[in-house]
Amino acid sequence: MSPPARLPVLPQQTLQLESLLSELDADSLRWVSGFVAGLAAERARQSGSSPAIPTAAVAAPAVAAPTASVTVLYASQTGNSRRVAEKLGSALQAAGLERTVVAAGDYSLKQLAAEQFLFVVSSTHGDGEPPDDARALLDALSSRRAPKLDKLAIAVLGLGDSSYPQFCATARILDERLVALGARRLIDRVECDVDFEGKAAQWIQQAVTTTSAALGATTATSVTASASVASSPATVVATREAPIAIEVAVNQRITARDSEKDVRHVELIVPEGQFPYQAGDALGLWLDNPAALVAEALAASGLDANESVSLDGITRPLGEWLSRHRELTRVARGLIERLAALSADEGVAALLKPDAAGTLRAKFKTWQVPDLLRRYPVQWTGERLVRALHPLSPRLYSIASAPEEVGEEVHVTVAVVDEVHEGQRHLGAVSGQIQVLEPGAQLRAFIEPNPRFRLPADAKTDVIMIGPGTGVAPFRGFVQARQAQAASGRNWLFFGGRRLDRDFLYQTEWLAALKKGALTRLDVAFSRDTAEKVYVQQRLREHGAELYQWLEAGAHVYVCGDAERMAPDVHASLIEIVATQGGRSPQDAEAYVAALVSARRYLRDVY
Amino acid sequence: MAELTPVERIKAQSRGLRGTIADSLQDAHTGSLRDDDQQLLRLHGSYQQDDRDIREERRQQKLEPLWRYMVRVRLPGGVATPAQWLALDAIAREHANGSLRLTTRQTFQFHGIAKNGLKPSMHTMHDALMDSIATCGDVNRNVMASSNPIESPAHAEVAEWAARLSEHLLPKTRAYYEIWLNGEKLEATPEHEPVYGTNFLPRKFKAAIALPPSNDVDIYTQDLGFIAIVEAGRLVGFNLTVGGGLGTTHGDATTHPRLANVAGFLAPEHLLAVAEAVVTTQRDFGDRTNRKHARLKYTIEDRGLEWFVSEVEKRAGIKLGAARPFAFDTHGDLFGWRQALDGTWHRTLRIPAGRIIDKDGLPWLTGLRAIATVHTGDFRCTANQNVTIAHVKSEDKASIEALIHHYRLDAAEGSYLARHALACVSMPTCPLGMAEAERYLPQLTTDVERLLAEHGLEDEPLSLRITGCPNGCARPYVAEIGLVGKALGRYNLHLGGDAVGSRLNVLYRENIDEATFHTVIGEFFAAWRQERTPGERFGDFLWRTKRLPG
Repeated sequence: MSPPARLPVLPQQTLQLESLLSELDADSLRWVSGFVAGLAAERARQSGSSPAIPTAAVAAPAVAAPTASVTVLYASQTGNSRRVAEKLGSALQAAGLERTVVAAGDYSLKQLAAEQFLFVVSSTHGDGEPPDDARALLDALSSRRAPKLDKLAIAVLGLGDSSYPQFCATARILDERLVALGARRLIDRVECDVDFEGKAAQWIQQAVTTTSAALGATTATSVTASASVASSPATVVATREAPIAIEVAVNQRITARDSEKDVRHVELIVPEGQFPYQAGDALGLWLDNPAALVAEALAASGLDANESVSLDGITRPLGEWLSRHRELTRVARGLIERLAALSADEGVAALLKPDAAGTLRAKFKTWQVPDLLRRYPVQWTGERLVRALHPLSPRLYSIASAPEEVGEEVHVTVAVVDEVHEGQRHLGAVSGQIQVLEPGAQLRAFIEPNPRFRLPADAKTDVIMIGPGTGVAPFRGFVQARQAQAASGRNWLFFGGRRLDRDFLYQTEWLAALKKGALTRLDVAFSRDTAEKVYVQQRLREHGAELYQWLEAGAHVYVCGDAERMAPDVHASLIEIVATQGGRSPQDAEAYVAALVSARRYLRDVY
Repeated sequence: MAELTPVERIKAQSRGLRGTIADSLQDAHTGSLRDDDQQLLRLHGSYQQDDRDIREERRQQKLEPLWRYMVRVRLPGGVATPAQWLALDAIAREHANGSLRLTTRQTFQFHGIAKNGLKPSMHTMHDALMDSIATCGDVNRNVMASSNPIESPAHAEVAEWAARLSEHLLPKTRAYYEIWLNGEKLEATPEHEPVYGTNFLPRKFKAAIALPPSNDVDIYTQDLGFIAIVEAGRLVGFNLTVGGGLGTTHGDATTHPRLANVAGFLAPEHLLAVAEAVVTTQRDFGDRTNRKHARLKYTIEDRGLEWFVSEVEKRAGIKLGAARPFAFDTHGDLFGWRQALDGTWHRTLRIPAGRIIDKDGLPWLTGLRAIATVHTGDFRCTANQNVTIAHVKSEDKASIEALIHHYRLDAAEGSYLARHALACVSMPTCPLGMAEAERYLPQLTTDVERLLAEHGLEDEPLSLRITGCPNGCARPYVAEIGLVGKALGRYNLHLGGDAVGSRLNVLYRENIDEATFHTVIGEFFAAWRQERTPGERFGDFLWRTKRLPG
């Protein structure tokens, strides 16, 4: 094993380390890692320096800490909660506090019973859906085996989308449940909308201060929750906060000319070493809003692009705010609230009533910002408008390649959003620009790791991949990686789309993989080719007997794609299959599938 | 002995043409059949093809070729009832590409049927008493018979013989019914095939019956032919013809077109026995090691006509008599209204390249559907890609004529040249096509008409046939002007056929472009105008004045 580039250790030291470690078994190595982490924390405390090792490396069980234990627990589906948790972890460490950052799926009730300080970051998906990682913990907390938590201090941060009625439900349940078990709130629960960064940063700050005070730590220094804390200063890996421009090599439509959908296969060339990724990760892309969309927003609000707008100490021309720093295709609840306050039109206020939640959700999906500005003309100021909009976020695309196969390239699969709503053509802010990208174009990008969505470590393990539509993207990477590994485990892909002739993404590659055995099985469902619509979940049930055999043989199940309908249907189908094929009661079947989740054998990347 | 071709292995292992076609149809991840099944499918009357215009585009889109199926109907003698027409029309609109195509073998074929449209199409045909068995592949194909039924009593008999011949040479396997019509599955060993055995024929096999004076079926181009001999208004027998065939391969000098030999005379009651004897002789002696040398014409050339005839006589148990005299006057179609001896009327419609479709303001598919709805006679597909509305009662003639006019079905009846030109399908459908044919035909006829007009020859009879490859589907080797595709925009020019299809033309210029073609033909037209004898046809003129090699 050769050391990675830019290791913060001298080559000579590396050799010595390797010779020392070479004789240790896995358990001993795990112990050493905790021991070394403890040493690092101690030295950091003495020198007051910021950590030079990424927080993820410290996620292993720590050795007995010299001070009270602080745990940051996250339940993440898309990676946002994990990222916030890691930032808190870094901030706590920078403040000299011993802490463990751990995914909910890796966390047990036994650990909980011994805990003193617990910070929880959890997202909620769709209408009240918990992240897969949190399901087992939620069940455990509601069970009779849940421990008394009299000595525990907690703080819960929820991430969600306020357009859903069950906004931040998972965080709320966790918070209430922990308190019911005796825990004390160190900080009241905070719930963040899709523009969570600001509130999350405040919460991190508060968490560090409160914990330091509670522990009487004297070395707590003022910390910021800025990105620089999380990333190692020793590396030049592209990050969300510091993306790196990469070049488009190929932009190829991969749906037929008569398909209703334009899906793009984009190949990007990445600078060596700056985009480390594995199959299953996502690529983040930062693109400015299209000029036409900015112009529409300005025209609809009657504002001037050159107006200088200051917000939280930053001053920029309004045009720049709108083009580079605010969402114009995703409507924020704040915008509706602001419109309700300013507009004489009662329609907009009605949207905010609880019974209109469903309507509002539908509207969030179809409206872009200029639509609303046109519909409810009010007296805007630049500052009001900027405040009412979500900060611009990058778009994340599942990577459709494996570095073992494509080297210094990243491939992504992008569905172009191009729809007409109420007479207005809506082009995706990013996908619309990707549609017309020419080779040679540069994009600001970064890798968004998705450690929850990884191939089995054991190449002998079978994998079942369920990815209709662009959900198939990561599985292209998976199959490439499995081939590169010469994995002996079987690979079964389920794909779905509208029509065989038009929408079978990467069809020729799958057919070739099937022919040479890189895919063991391929089952497809095309909803518009038959009188009755057929979806992947139906194919799952049709092949239930064999699928169950695969599960019994230890297969991992991966689901990628639509979170709203496909993923729940697939979930229900799996339970049904386990019940039918395994002769189990519905409850036992549910438990069987829940156990797959806990064992990290049933992994989802849904959106 | 040389090794058998891969196709022979596939046929032998096919369990009576079943193969794994049923499984292939279930493969939902592709519009294709498995490799071996693609070969077997032909004997069920279908070819797997793709839209070549977008093949490269789809490759870039990481999509497989747009696999589609051509399905060819078995229609002995080209006769279809109005009910059958309506069934075919429904398939064209519901499962195919919205067109019916008349072939040069007197039947219909569909293009653009998706894999999941095959079974419903076969069902619809079956319900209207049609099938597509053995219309492609190494087997006797659709049996042709002279189509214009003016000589009514003899014609009816000839058409009947065509149907009996078709039935007699049909494979006995039930595979077609099992696979396409949900027939009961065969458990035991495949059916015995008395005519074909396990391996069917070495290559395609074509049979026809001609009724002089029309040689519309181009009898000399058929592997097996019968020329009806009518004496005193009565069918007394047939002259047997054997060993015709047109397919060649560019650059392979061992391949060539060949006209059939007239081998002798037989009484009607011996037709089936003689036909079977010809087929089984070819079955047993045809070359199964080289598909380019596997047609009957090569068997006869390799072993001699005399040997072949005696083998056939031995197998049929009869002696052929001396061939009876006959005379052909055309191998084209007769257009316009014509009254038969029984008093009914026939109207042959000119359908360029046989393509019946609603297009460019000519609603022909709709029009013929409207006619089929009211017509009380039948339809006849001609060997020259046209269709005859046959057996129209005198009292219905005016209303049929009104429909023809209303739907502009008479729009293509221009010059003699335009009425008689033939073109195969070629691009973008046929996988064999090397150059355009059907799609180029309108431009080609317009250009040649213009060149004729420049020399005041616009009303002269002249046959023009074009194919996209050398396999000869539009029988270009018996045309006065034949163009055989070599590459996009490039053709071999063949000249010198006669008026009745009894003379092969010769390769005059190889691999020429459009401009060169115009120059060569223009110069010949000028000479023809200057030097012809009265009424002398173009092909005859070129030979007489020794302008052609050989």
